[in-house]
Amino acid sequence: MLRALREKRSGLAPCGFETARIDTYVGLVPGLDDFRVRSDLQDYDCRNNRLAQLCLEQNGFAREIAAARDRYGAGRIGLYLGTSTSGLHTTELAYRRRDPKTGALPADYRYAETQNAYSLGEFVRRYLGLSGPGFVVSSACSSSAKVLGNAARMIAAGICDAAVVGGVDSLCLMTLYGFHSLGLTSPGPCRPYDVDRDGISIGEGGGFALLEKANGVEPGAVLLLGVGETSDAYHMSTPHPEGLGARMAMQQALDMAGLEPSDIDYVNLHGTATKSNDASEDKAVFEVFRGQTPCSSTKGATGHLLGAAGITEAIISILAIEHGFVPGSANTRSVDPALKCNYLLENRQAKVTRALSNSFGFGGSNCSLVLGVAQ
Amino acid sequence: MIRVFVEGVGLLGPGLQGWEAARRVLSGEEPFRPASTIIAASELLPPAERRRTPVPVKLALAVGQEAFQNAGRDAACTATVFTSSSGEGETLHQMCETLASEEREVSPTRFHNSVHNAAAGYWSIATRSREASTSLCAYDASFGAGLIEAVTQVVSWRKAVALIAYDQPYPEPLHSARPLLASLGAALVLTPEATGRTSATFELELLPGEEKPARMSDSALEELRLGIPAARALPLLEALARETQSDVVLDFLTETRLRVSVSPC
Repeated sequence: MLRALREKRSGLAPCGFETARIDTYVGLVPGLDDFRVRSDLQDYDCRNNRLAQLCLEQNGFAREIAAARDRYGAGRIGLYLGTSTSGLHTTELAYRRRDPKTGALPADYRYAETQNAYSLGEFVRRYLGLSGPGFVVSSACSSSAKVLGNAARMIAAGICDAAVVGGVDSLCLMTLYGFHSLGLTSPGPCRPYDVDRDGISIGEGGGFALLEKANGVEPGAVLLLGVGETSDAYHMSTPHPEGLGARMAMQQALDMAGLEPSDIDYVNLHGTATKSNDASEDKAVFEVFRGQTPCSSTKGATGHLLGAAGITEAIISILAIEHGFVPGSANTRSVDPALKCNYLLENRQAKVTRALSNSFGFGGSNCSLVLGVAQ
Repeated sequence: MIRVFVEGVGLLGPGLQGWEAARRVLSGEEPFRPASTIIAASELLPPAERRRTPVPVKLALAVGQEAFQNAGRDAACTATVFTSSSGEGETLHQMCETLASEEREVSPTRFHNSVHNAAAGYWSIATRSREASTSLCAYDASFGAGLIEAVTQVVSWRKAVALIAYDQPYPEPLHSARPLLASLGAALVLTPEATGRTSATFELELLPGEEKPARMSDSALEELRLGIPAARALPLLEALARETQSDVVLDFLTETRLRVSVSPC
């Protein structure tokens, strides 16, 4: 991820997903069609859980969790994951194979292990051998940002001692045709904050992290300092035009962290590249940060990962902190002059002590995270 | 042990038409008579929106509104935890039918109604609440997930939080793959301190999965408890209805149960 961001590479390409015939670009994870989940979990086999396992296998994460399990006990580690569509693509495929006489779904269709939003939670719980309290958050595109709030509260309340947080969303026809029906998919690779931006590129992806208590951590560890969660109370699929809920979420996250806007070195924007999102988010970010703080959207590189956007962008913010690296916006050519934030087109090496990451979703669900390095 | 105060309750299910009527059934004053759940369109929404809202959203709004009325609290200033195993079944079915057809032209309204947090979105618009709201799912453990999250929010934020659990059966062919017995919604307004409307306290702790969850003594109500994830709330609501001190073990995940000590105030 870091290397791709440094090289300003984009994973977006013309949509070749399944039978989708939409003139748009997507961020498709190659190899998922032939990938199989662990044999003891094959009842859970679906595109989303394949992607979940692929993520868990990266960077020694599953090994780290096995070690954490030895430290805390499997029952003391919570599991809070986000997804918007879980294994919905399995249901889409099953609907093509309905019995012509009765309309029944094929006998091999497994609802609980694929379609249900909690399929992701149960699959990961079993894969990692965890037995603590947990659930799935499905609040559209804010889902896997909000799970950090759930985990932090559960740890603070003594419900668990540590928690695996994360999110996974995979391509499906529902989101491709759905966003297309709203006129929100770009025919090209998405260009956040561009004067000519014309919509999102849907991507698939996931990310996981282990959240532990902060007492006694070594200097250099990354801390979750603040979480802000609000609702727009405005519209189901259009953000509040003045970004009111978004501004309140950022302010709450800063208040919880006990920080001023000037304490933040980088803002990872939601920045979907729709006209309305970027305009309303820009107003909200300008209200809080007054155009000073460097900010960018990384969706030109990743596409919009929907329910996995929150965690992946939190991880990008962590990379920014750990490597003193502020990512510029892939694909964006010229920043919309109507937008007033300090939007970065080019990568920058700079000390990042604290970063704020925004994730907003359908239903007016907003979440902002503040992450920072332990001194 | 975590303690919260119960300020308002809402319940809507088959033969459990509102908390006042349901309380008499759950306390044993009146027999349980199964009947279809009657879900009225929410007057919280403007008429144009009322027509477009899917049934699970109407169910969540109705039961949430009842809990707030009983609590005498302003929903605009209160955080919410929505939890549902089934989410938006009818919308999912219609979308999947369209996507399996040649046309594939889905309705944009249907698409935004398909998200698991549709009820939370409509609730926020209807009540003008800009407070935090989340939408959870844990399959059959969804009520336990919602309860533990709502209680944790109350103690973390020292603010009132409403829990709204709801499940609506799927249409065929999904119904055969995931049969749910009936529509049921349950809502609780929980507060960090006692208020003039407090009816009981909950003290909550996690137990290992070997503990047997509490059952309903009435066999038809027990059938509901097992047949609808949101109805896993019924033993807790029965304890509230009976107004006696009791320890209720609630179903949660395979390895975990929740014990709620209910004390009437």
